[in-house]
Amino acid sequence: MLTINERDRIEWRDGMTVRDVLEAMGYSYTLITVTVNGQLVEADEYGHFPVPDEAQITVFHLAHGG
Amino acid sequence: MDAEIFARNVPGMTERLGRAVVGIAGCGGLGSNAAVALARAGIGKLILVDHDRVEPSNLNRQHFFANDIGRLKVDALAGHLRTIHREIRLATHAMRLTPEDLPVIFREAHLLIEAFDRAEDKHWLIQVWCREFPQRPIVAASGLGGYGRTAALAVRSAGMIHVCGDGESDMSLGLCAARVALVAAMQANVAIELLMDAGDEPAGR
Repeated sequence: MLTINERDRIEWRDGMTVRDVLEAMGYSYTLITVTVNGQLVEADEYGHFPVPDEAQITVFHLAHGG
Repeated sequence: MDAEIFARNVPGMTERLGRAVVGIAGCGGLGSNAAVALARAGIGKLILVDHDRVEPSNLNRQHFFANDIGRLKVDALAGHLRTIHREIRLATHAMRLTPEDLPVIFREAHLLIEAFDRAEDKHWLIQVWCREFPQRPIVAASGLGGYGRTAALAVRSAGMIHVCGDGESDMSLGLCAARVALVAAMQANVAIELLMDAGDEPAGR
């Protein structure tokens, strides 16, 4: 089982990548920062970064403004 | 004079924060207000980066004044910070920060305040900071547009990344001093907490 943003939970399966998690969650935001167990995953690694079972995943949406 | 300015700090705080170096990427609504809060707390050194000059439309939320219009933001802000704390150490860089420059400009910084306007810039800044300095915190902001909805503002953290704001509201809702300064103060508050909790160990790379 994976936990996303300390709130949502989805079933883990073998070989899952960050991209699989984002697709399963239906994230449509283009500008996000993702961590797996506190480690930043760079955008070009989403398709092959392995997500272990029981991982805590955080997805920060970045909105314009400063 | 320092001792009097920081008389309301808790024991040990002035000494610890006085040794801290904080980078501030962007000196607009977030960066200028966060810098003021950090200077008032007694942070020893700030590294300020911004390529822009002060415009009239900045005065609704940024820590600048009418007679700053036309000045480089880093120079105007440095002046204001020194009127608060004469002995604060400042490094100012009037430039558009790039991923290539980041590790050099912020080499000394124990912690970075992300204070950019555009989400695309926030994105690369967080990514490059975490790649270059994986053991040092970055305190970013996302979701500070509009007014009201105070209770929606929060700090979310994962590893070394801390993000203040509501995570949603953007510039399309307008930018208003009350809400922008709230989020800037949240960033400064998180930074102070992290620096105090870090103890005396210098930040690792």
